[in-house]
Amino acid sequence: MTIDRRSLLAVPLALPALLGRAQAADPYKVAFVYVSPVGDAGWSFQHELGRRAVDAALGGAVKTSFVENVPEGADAERVIRRLAQDGNKLIFTTSFGYMNPTERVAKAFPRVKFEHATGYKRGPNLATYSGRFYEPRYLTGVIAGRLSKTGVIGYVAAFPIPEVIGGINAMQLGARSVNPNATIKVVWTSSWFDPGKERAAADTLAAQGADYLTQHTDSTAVVQAAEEKGVWCSGYDSDMLKYGPKTHTTAVEMHWDDYYIDRVRQAMAGSWTSGDVWGGMKQGMVKLSRFNPALPAPLVAEVTAKGEDIKAGRLVVFNGPLKDQAGAVKVPAGRAMTDAEILGMNWFVEGVQGRAGT
Amino acid sequence: MHDGFALLALLVATLRAAAPLLLAGFGELVAERAGVLNLGVEGMMLVGAAAGFIATAATGNPLLGLLVGALAGALMALLFGVLTLTLRANQVACGLALTIFGVGLSALIGLPWQGTPITGLATVIWPGLDRAGPVAQQFMLLDPVVWLALAMPFLVFAFLYRTRPGLVLRAVGESHDVAHALGYSVLRVRYAAVVFGGAMAGVAGSYLSLVYTPMWTENMVAGRGWIALALVVFSAWKPLWLALGAVLFGFVTIAQFHAEAFGLDVSPHLLATLPYLATVVVLVLISRDAGRLKLNAPAALGKPFNAAG
Repeated sequence: MTIDRRSLLAVPLALPALLGRAQAADPYKVAFVYVSPVGDAGWSFQHELGRRAVDAALGGAVKTSFVENVPEGADAERVIRRLAQDGNKLIFTTSFGYMNPTERVAKAFPRVKFEHATGYKRGPNLATYSGRFYEPRYLTGVIAGRLSKTGVIGYVAAFPIPEVIGGINAMQLGARSVNPNATIKVVWTSSWFDPGKERAAADTLAAQGADYLTQHTDSTAVVQAAEEKGVWCSGYDSDMLKYGPKTHTTAVEMHWDDYYIDRVRQAMAGSWTSGDVWGGMKQGMVKLSRFNPALPAPLVAEVTAKGEDIKAGRLVVFNGPLKDQAGAVKVPAGRAMTDAEILGMNWFVEGVQGRAGT
Repeated sequence: MHDGFALLALLVATLRAAAPLLLAGFGELVAERAGVLNLGVEGMMLVGAAAGFIATAATGNPLLGLLVGALAGALMALLFGVLTLTLRANQVACGLALTIFGVGLSALIGLPWQGTPITGLATVIWPGLDRAGPVAQQFMLLDPVVWLALAMPFLVFAFLYRTRPGLVLRAVGESHDVAHALGYSVLRVRYAAVVFGGAMAGVAGSYLSLVYTPMWTENMVAGRGWIALALVVFSAWKPLWLALGAVLFGFVTIAQFHAEAFGLDVSPHLLATLPYLATVVVLVLISRDAGRLKLNAPAALGKPFNAAG
């Protein structure tokens, strides 16, 4: 082949096209931001399972990465901005406290897509998603109501925010549905992750007569405490059976896998749009983990049936009449709470002992 | 009877919550009385917790785990000693770096061991346990490490104020030049004090990962090292006030949970601040005499020693 002047001139013209094709073949970069260490159980671990599912499903077409243990606050914004600068096209920020940092970075990078878990601020390139954790939580209430002899359920909780309060209320309603005298005692640890404090809180509740323990915090300390004391318990976020082989009944488990795969596919195909997804047991975003083999078979059947009712919409957790702690009717009979009301819940239902909010 | 039992549970829980603060706090107190400010307590506790856990998981012997935890803490402290005593680097900067290093190192070495189940340190079955009353039984069933923690205030007090090496250690902390002129080896005393502090922090960390919550997760010390450090300063470097501060902090933390579980109608946010608030208020009140406080602070605290100059 002879090289004439014309073909030489054509090279620089063709270069951008060649490079463009090379870029298109580059894997699609997706990043995840976690609030705690990934560990082997817990909130961040479930998101990490979702990330691994994306890797497994899409293989070499995507390149995922994550940053763990990112504090909610100024650091988060720095990390998210860095990820956006590094060429990630889709960024999942997986903790409530990342809401404002994510929103600010999303405004600065209009061509990058953002997804923020459990928040409520959205934009053209900022979507939100969350799970209806309260649905399986209601089912653990049914289990607790059936198994507890004292009728007292001990609940170790991090902060009095609507998501946590909703879970406590759902469990109370589930427990009352089978035991009209069941009560929940709530202890706040004021921290998502402090195994020592969670342990002390669990010990305290057991000392005060609770014979079923559960938690809305990030470690497995409460399950461990229950196992040591020989009282029933249920885990949160992940299956924690191996920490409580004798006493862990089941756990409220998050499943982000399908959602993450769908969203990454949409983003790659250009069909991604912003929005808000609040998936329940029906969508498979939340579910109960495997039951402890020691659970009585009729109870497992009852809970499984009620789970099917929730999926089919026959059982609505926050259905009226609902009374608050003082006995005042908050939701009249014949009406279910709206999503907005559930997301703003700042009061305890009848039977919960403790104080919600300030 | 039930109320009495709840009160007893509260007391026992208080001692368990205060134990890591006592252990780490008294280690740091000895180091600071020798004139070395080591801000790396949190990092040393984390490395001690991880190392102790790994040793226990690998050998199945929690007592060995406790020793390894102490050793790991001591090694971290030795590193700090080399930097600040031999190389005379800034103690505040090195201490902060030690904590950051400890957070990362413990996470790294602990990673493969996360979620490994272990059998924690067993309680000692004292002879006569079965014949003891329920109250005595509760105390007899406390973990050996808690007993060690409870003995620390008395041991450290006796050492500092009733023995000659204790006097030398305090002299080094007050004025290393004078101690040096008198013929004492300032560096040797300081190394010993720092390493002791590290070993105690390591035991405190292992207590968390072997006894209090027998597991390893990243960052599980959750700020207790910083609380221990703060307690040393707020107690004006006095052993008995430090003991009081640590137990008080543990008590208010646990009492807050009990109050909530009883259904006390107080804001959880306010209750969460109480341990800090109560401890600071009490310790500031008992040490409010500024003149005496100044007299109490080791005069050479944080100052590097150079034998030549």
